[in-house]
Amino acid sequence: MGTAPAFERAKAEGRAALVGYLPAGFPDLQRSIDAMKVMVDSGCDVIEVGLPYSDPVMDGPTIQAAAQQALDAGIRTKDVLTVVEAVAATGAPTVVMTYWNPVERYGVERFATHLANAGGSGLITPDITPDSGEEWIAAADAHDLDKIFLVAPSSTDARVAMTTAACRGFVYATAVMGVTGARTSTSDLAGPLVARTKATTDLPVGVGLGVSNGEQAREIAQYADGVIVGSAFVRVLQQHADDHAAGLRALAALTEDLANGVRG
Amino acid sequence: MTGQADAGRPGRYDADERGFFGDFGGRFMPEALVAALDELTEAWNGAMADPEFVKSFEDVLADYAGTPSRLYHAERLSAQYGARILLKREDLNHTGAHKIRNVMGQALLTKRMGKTRVIAETGAGQHGVASATAAAYFGLDCTVYMGAVDTRRQALNVARMQMLGATVVPVESGSATLKDAINEALRDWVASVDHTAYLFGTAAGPHPFPSMVREFCRGIGDEARAQVLEQFGRLPDAVTACVGGGSNAIGLFTAFLEDEDVAIYGFEPGGDGVETGRHAATIFAGDSGVLHGARTFVLQDEDGQTVESHSISAGLDYPGVGPQHSHLARVGRATYLPVTDSEAMDAMALLARTEGIIPAIESAHALAGTLKVLPELVAEKGPETTVVVNLSGRGDKDMGTAIEWFGLGGS
Repeated sequence: MGTAPAFERAKAEGRAALVGYLPAGFPDLQRSIDAMKVMVDSGCDVIEVGLPYSDPVMDGPTIQAAAQQALDAGIRTKDVLTVVEAVAATGAPTVVMTYWNPVERYGVERFATHLANAGGSGLITPDITPDSGEEWIAAADAHDLDKIFLVAPSSTDARVAMTTAACRGFVYATAVMGVTGARTSTSDLAGPLVARTKATTDLPVGVGLGVSNGEQAREIAQYADGVIVGSAFVRVLQQHADDHAAGLRALAALTEDLANGVRG
Repeated sequence: MTGQADAGRPGRYDADERGFFGDFGGRFMPEALVAALDELTEAWNGAMADPEFVKSFEDVLADYAGTPSRLYHAERLSAQYGARILLKREDLNHTGAHKIRNVMGQALLTKRMGKTRVIAETGAGQHGVASATAAAYFGLDCTVYMGAVDTRRQALNVARMQMLGATVVPVESGSATLKDAINEALRDWVASVDHTAYLFGTAAGPHPFPSMVREFCRGIGDEARAQVLEQFGRLPDAVTACVGGGSNAIGLFTAFLEDEDVAIYGFEPGGDGVETGRHAATIFAGDSGVLHGARTFVLQDEDGQTVESHSISAGLDYPGVGPQHSHLARVGRATYLPVTDSEAMDAMALLARTEGIIPAIESAHALAGTLKVLPELVAEKGPETTVVVNLSGRGDKDMGTAIEWFGLGGS
């Protein structure tokens, strides 16, 4: 199952979809599964499972620290697929967000096969663009997996068109020129980028990088089909590192706030 | 300053239009940086086709950086090893290393592109010092990212960068070494690309950096080739250099790639010994992967996570390598072998005491490796065997390490 039904349902309800990210294995394998299930129960429509990577150039310090903690605890690519399986079993479309080298190392076709077998919906690839991703595109097509590529404020119109033509599921619009991390205000670059993107495709467009509260989510939901949140979720768990139950309660509260936000 | 084969026409070892050297290279980067890389590629191509830019580059190297660097016949060392050992004295360049060639080229290009700020990453500090120097020379703001571990072991170079007006940012993330400094510089670049140029320090990274850095460094080999022909009336039997990312090496090798009779050796940092796992011998012991925007050989684990590298030389302590080197290794045009910390330090002392030249530890790797392969070369080619060793930098910056290693200094 791809992510399309989640976006269609949200659209039918007259709202944007909420896409939530956490790294697999953070704070540990089981607790990352618990956390993602809480996010589903509390209003996330789609879950992004981060594959922790040693050199995450698009991530800020919050996510990098979480990913490093997972790596230090021994999380492996096969564990990420375990998380996908557990989260996808909830019925929420579950995509993996990963830098490219772990996939290449795992074997592109093998990864696609195992991701599909785990019930995964697709892949977000922050460091490959469609023109560098032929191998992934072929494997994703063979397994009917979503291909979610990024567009950026710096993308030319031609590159936006090329990228959206290669996407399936949704398009990931990076709202700021910068790395991941919760921000206090939304970007004025996001709206024009979404408009440029929508001019090239009927696919839903999700906006990410920087959203941290319901008010920001509400603002973005006015013009985007999806609101993508990552660092804010990670930060909540980091703030409750010593009390898992409290962390999950805080996570649920943040998710509900964001879910209210995407409903305008 | 032109393509290897003919002006404007790539040679058979050059990258294709997408930046691939055979299976290696390319551009595996966030979409946010693609426009900047396209802009850079276009600006670089335009600059290299502009005689005025080429002349400006050559003039600044000659007038300011002090090139051509000398090709020095190390006669005492040669006598000891029964071969003709020629040292390409890049250590005599301004700022003490070959790096000045690359940064003056990139900084000149930055000015041409109308950008006002440069960022750089550095391991040992050679590239950082060169970048800070170029920024001062051209009136650009400069920020240098340096692994926190490296800021401690290369404190003198940190001070030099600061003296030159640069801001040095210690990077604490990851292993707090060169690869993490590159990550941090890339993050800065994503957020500042409209007014900032990334002066990449080696012939690695996404297209066009591997080709661009090579072209700015190719004077090393072009000069050496002309010098050896002029001084000895023949080409060398071998050319050798150390390889971390590989800018000095590719700068030397490029002039000789089409000379099939000239053997090419790159010596990688073998650290405590490749068998110990504590090394940075990326081509010798790594696997194909994607790191910092290019497919190349990478030190990685079975899950594709980058493995922390080790070398006594901070400048070589990098788990990746320039993609053209990976290609040259794959097609067999160049041979890449590891040299241990210990072998490099022995060579450092040897050169100091036989020739009165204290090389950078990076360059000492090149010399140590050369001395290891020399007996075989001499057996094959005879007593006239001629080898050009790239002495890519001087050892002033490494005296702290040398003091510790050799137990030097007062009590």
